[in-house]
Amino acid sequence: MSGPWRCLLIGTAKSKELIVELNAATMSLLLFVFVLAMFLGVELIRKVPSQLHTPLMSGSNAISGITIVGALLALGHETTGATVIVLASLAVAFATINVVGGYLVTDRMLGMFKSKDRTPDKEGRRQ
Amino acid sequence: MNAELVHGLLYIVASVFFVLGLKMLSSPTTARRGNILSAIGMLIAVATTLAAMEQVRWVWLVAAVGVGASVGALAARLVKMTSMPQMVGLFNGFGGLASMLVGWAQYHGAWAAEADIHGFIRVAIFLTILIGGVTFSGSLVAYGKLSGTIPGRPVLYKGQNFVNAIILTAAVAVGILFSMQEAGRPSAIGPTGAYLLLIGIVVLAFVLGVLSTIPIGGADMPVVICLLNSYSGLAACAAGFVIGNNVLIVSGSLVGASGIILTRIMCKAMNRSLANVLFSGFGSTVATKAAGYKGEAKPIGPEDAYLIVEAASNVVFAPGYGMAAAQAQHAVRELAEMIEDNGAEVRYCIHPVAGRMPGHMNVLLAEANVPYEQLVEPQDVNPNMEMVDVAIVIGANDVVNPAAREDENSPLWGMPIIDVDRARTCIVLKRSLNPGFAGVDNPLFFKENTRMLFGDAKATITALVAEFKG
Repeated sequence: MSGPWRCLLIGTAKSKELIVELNAATMSLLLFVFVLAMFLGVELIRKVPSQLHTPLMSGSNAISGITIVGALLALGHETTGATVIVLASLAVAFATINVVGGYLVTDRMLGMFKSKDRTPDKEGRRQ
Repeated sequence: MNAELVHGLLYIVASVFFVLGLKMLSSPTTARRGNILSAIGMLIAVATTLAAMEQVRWVWLVAAVGVGASVGALAARLVKMTSMPQMVGLFNGFGGLASMLVGWAQYHGAWAAEADIHGFIRVAIFLTILIGGVTFSGSLVAYGKLSGTIPGRPVLYKGQNFVNAIILTAAVAVGILFSMQEAGRPSAIGPTGAYLLLIGIVVLAFVLGVLSTIPIGGADMPVVICLLNSYSGLAACAAGFVIGNNVLIVSGSLVGASGIILTRIMCKAMNRSLANVLFSGFGSTVATKAAGYKGEAKPIGPEDAYLIVEAASNVVFAPGYGMAAAQAQHAVRELAEMIEDNGAEVRYCIHPVAGRMPGHMNVLLAEANVPYEQLVEPQDVNPNMEMVDVAIVIGANDVVNPAAREDENSPLWGMPIIDVDRARTCIVLKRSLNPGFAGVDNPLFFKENTRMLFGDAKATITALVAEFKG
């Protein structure tokens, strides 16, 4: 199937713009968001205490599974052929492992952090 | 309102949830809700994407999500807290691989449709595949080292850094060539050649990931895991540039920044530069420079240890990877409770690089129901170490090695440590006098106020608990 690979340009697959129309304004906007988000990330993470660094890593791992959005868009594109379907499905599967596993294990860990006055029964090994 | 605008707004909402989720991670009281908030953000992003898809290939979608969700849920439920570093390492790799596949799938689609791809997007595809591929293969090596499937010690050979530099240069060169292949312009290598360049980047990325991780020793794994964490975020970020989607760029950057900060914290806690961690092969036999610490270690048994601990009113535990390896955290908590019932104050002093990933010890002790108020950092304990009656070191070595303060020739020189040697008495639980992972001898074992309690940490602690009960 010929025709432009539209979803390369802007967030949603229904975008009607062509790839070649990617202009300087769009490019600089994407880079702008990137740079600001990096600074925001640094400020946010600096405030996380060291005792929560493991949950932070597994939680941020889950967030990096956001790449599932790209995988879904590739899988759902109307001009997609067999190779792309396979590649995209694999991407969806791996990203899902990250998202589901990451959030669940973070929740499990954070559930273990208890304050002194809320320490549960002494033998309690929660799941 | 047009659908595209609604989708865009929903992606903004999702990004806000991610930001708030990370913000709430700044305190143990709000952290769990923050994580749920972040998960809701992910749900919004995925639902929005499904709504935006031109066609949903349900069979493929359900199969892929079904497999991924079951594997993820099972792993999250079954993983032992001691194995958390390998699991996070592996998940980093999956994230990188997913982003790499996204870049590849997007390129293949455009390539098959003979569409023109903008140079900006070609560069983004190249970076997605390079970073994603390095993350994947590097994480597999880190996973292997952490789980013991491959030897944890550094694998070194002559000219290693040179070889890695060549491979990186080759990858970048191929990437530049790839980025210049515009379909509209007649090119010498044609579409097949352009596709081969892409395959070349994939291969080089995998090789680079493996070769750059094997020279790094087991004790430096916390740094590597942090770095790979950062890469997995940056790969997602690069994928965001490929599809021009801000939610990927924002979340990818947050993760990237998180990994970078953790990497910096780890390096600072070891007083080493990132370059030193990555390229020096620290912990190989080369680092073990003649012992030279003379003196006699004073071994004691659990009975004597009991007498010392029983008389103490201020006790600090300094746990290390050995506690995790021996699965001793529950026994340690039991002992700590007995000491507390005996009227003493108990704290756990946790060094930032103790264990195999940042915060590893905290999670293990939280699992054993230690309240988080008792988990403190070296700077909280060190200034008043003279007031501590007994410091109990459990399977930690380099992070309590006074050579970092006393011996300028030590590889650990300058590293901030827990000053357990300045406590009135220091009891070291250890299997033998062997040096730690860094292969550096520890003069702490021969100090006047140090007592060695040899044996398996869990068995020893259990024996101590028995003494308290008896």
